[in-house]
Amino acid sequence: MTFSYLLLILAVFCIAAFLIGKGRARTMASTSTLSSLPSHYGSMLALWTCLPPLLLMLIWGLVDDPVIDSLVTANLPAAVVEHGSTAVQLAISKVHNLANGADLQDDPTLAPAVLHLVELQARNQLISSGVIIALALAGFALTLGRLVPQRNARNEVEGIIKGLLFASSGIAVLTTIGILSSVLFEAWQFFGKVNVFDFLFGTVWSPQVALRADQSGSSGSFGAIPLFTGTLLISVIAMAIAVPIGLMAAIYLSEYATPRIRNYAKPALEILAGIPTVVYGFFAALTVAPILRDAGAGIGLDVSSESAMAAGLVMGVMIIPFVSSLSDDVINSVPQSLRDGSYGLGATRSETIRQVVLPAALPGIVGAVMLAVSRAIGETMIVAMAAGLAANLTANPLESVTTVTVQIVTLLVGDQEFDSPKTLAAFALGLVLFLVTLCLNFVALKVVQKYREQYD
Amino acid sequence: MSIIENHKTDGQPFSENPKLKARDVRVFYGEKQAIFDVSLDIGANEVIALIGPSGCGKSTFLRCLNRMNDTIDICRIEGEILLDDENIYAPKMDVVPLRARVGMVFQKPNPFPKSIYDNVAYGPRIHGLVHHRDELDEVVEKSLQRAGLWNEVKDRLHAPGTGLSGGQQQRLCIARTIAVDPEVILMDEPCSALDPIATAKIEELIDELRENYTIAIVTHSMQQAARVSQRTAYFHLGQLIEVNPTDLVFTTPEHTLTEAYITGRFG
Repeated sequence: MTFSYLLLILAVFCIAAFLIGKGRARTMASTSTLSSLPSHYGSMLALWTCLPPLLLMLIWGLVDDPVIDSLVTANLPAAVVEHGSTAVQLAISKVHNLANGADLQDDPTLAPAVLHLVELQARNQLISSGVIIALALAGFALTLGRLVPQRNARNEVEGIIKGLLFASSGIAVLTTIGILSSVLFEAWQFFGKVNVFDFLFGTVWSPQVALRADQSGSSGSFGAIPLFTGTLLISVIAMAIAVPIGLMAAIYLSEYATPRIRNYAKPALEILAGIPTVVYGFFAALTVAPILRDAGAGIGLDVSSESAMAAGLVMGVMIIPFVSSLSDDVINSVPQSLRDGSYGLGATRSETIRQVVLPAALPGIVGAVMLAVSRAIGETMIVAMAAGLAANLTANPLESVTTVTVQIVTLLVGDQEFDSPKTLAAFALGLVLFLVTLCLNFVALKVVQKYREQYD
Repeated sequence: MSIIENHKTDGQPFSENPKLKARDVRVFYGEKQAIFDVSLDIGANEVIALIGPSGCGKSTFLRCLNRMNDTIDICRIEGEILLDDENIYAPKMDVVPLRARVGMVFQKPNPFPKSIYDNVAYGPRIHGLVHHRDELDEVVEKSLQRAGLWNEVKDRLHAPGTGLSGGQQQRLCIARTIAVDPEVILMDEPCSALDPIATAKIEELIDELRENYTIAIVTHSMQQAARVSQRTAYFHLGQLIEVNPTDLVFTTPEHTLTEAYITGRFG
């Protein structure tokens, strides 16, 4: 019996339990007063029937494979085990493939192991199905046996639902912790090979290391400062474009535009957000960068063909809808009564916007800008295509620079071994990126709170 | 009880010493007419109460008096409204100085998201009424004193205006309006969101303000109209039914509709 069949059976159980519980509650209602509605009794019975088996199924699914593998390992031929853990792993995966019907070269030494595995898997399925169905029936019987009018099914169901919702939010938190700890672990390994201070404050980024002893490669240099400045430079250019234009577009849309114009302009602006970043990337590399270079040449400036300026400009355009759309919503939610109050004192439209509407909308606008900053820091494709890969330490926007995200991509693309500083450096960069975004979010939250306390 | 077509207003809609004169004012929201040929004087230094059932057009009429209806796109106004014999709907009329002369206090207290001081200083600043910090301080203090709020807030002028209680916020809004030194103050149900004690304070304040300002107040409370106003205008379905001295309206109303309303038969 496979997993999906089991789910189907549980679903049928669930519906049946609901109907039986409801029916039983109706019968009880004719003789005594119920503390909840009949449907609450039905839901309670259904939840107690299906939830424990579902939970068990989840845990079972997580632990059964390792257990089976260890049982198979114990019965592997001694010849394999002698060759160490790598050989054992290889043998196990071979056994799995053979058991799944793969036509590998016949390996008679593994045949007993294959049979063993097939047998174990069959037994596992049988036992798990049996236990899970038994648990469902037990839950059903136990709850039904104690289904009495005094039992407050409403509160019980509410409690279970609260628990389910809590578990859902817990999954999001656990995932974050999981990702963070994996990044932390790999970054820790990296800092075992490269000094933390050399990484954070070094000014030369050249992550090439020799993979084999006979290769002629440098020892690699992991100073991340050029990457940080590159990220900062491009983000600043992007924000310098996106924040003023986005904010002013939002003000126009929410305060000045007639509904007709707004109905066309807002979706049109939001289309910008729907363009894939790779399209922005080649727009930046093939259209904007040459224009900048030619313009620079015209006035005697030396503009690199891959420049921070090109990437930053295009990224700024990409971010405009984030700022404008969110700010527009926030500005619209400022109560009309505040505007009326200002107009009633004889203020003009722009005075009202500057002195009343924008201060009231500030928390939301800060939130929008912070989201845009995170977006700018995390953006990879445009930079990879338009700003280049050269880790120059420069504040000149006309030179080519590179960013943290682009370097993470280049470090991990292709065949890599996962214990060299070169690949591990990606995790250290990821960690720094994570911390920076975390700090930004924290600051944004504080700013928003400060103004909210003041203005609500 | 049906409305007579082209009803002529009963009582005394005109005043000997008018500050504001409305003549044949008609207001339309899109296709729908909200006000039908209203003619009414608002005398200098008087408090006139506009009463009537919900949706009778009294707030709409009030908002015509300083062109607040301009902010509503579909709203169209015909007829004349004269402030000191000058038509405020004339094409060359600038609404910015007009609204400085005819201030407005709204139903819900709407302090700006600024400090108490900046709320009051807002009007004088945007109209360039003051040139020095000292002058501004003086205007703020005087306005808050006139609004009866000074003693309660003098120690926390730089705290946010939104942190005050509802009654204090409404008095702050009145102080904000006074600060630009208007000639007329329009009040749109200024007490409907307030408790009885705060209401009593505002009513007392209205009585004091009458010395210097002309006040038109829309109210749902007939007791309030009786307490604060000298004249009362009764609106019904967009028509001005009756205008008379307040004590007359509440003792011997001329029109059957007015009588029906004040005796609580509808509204």
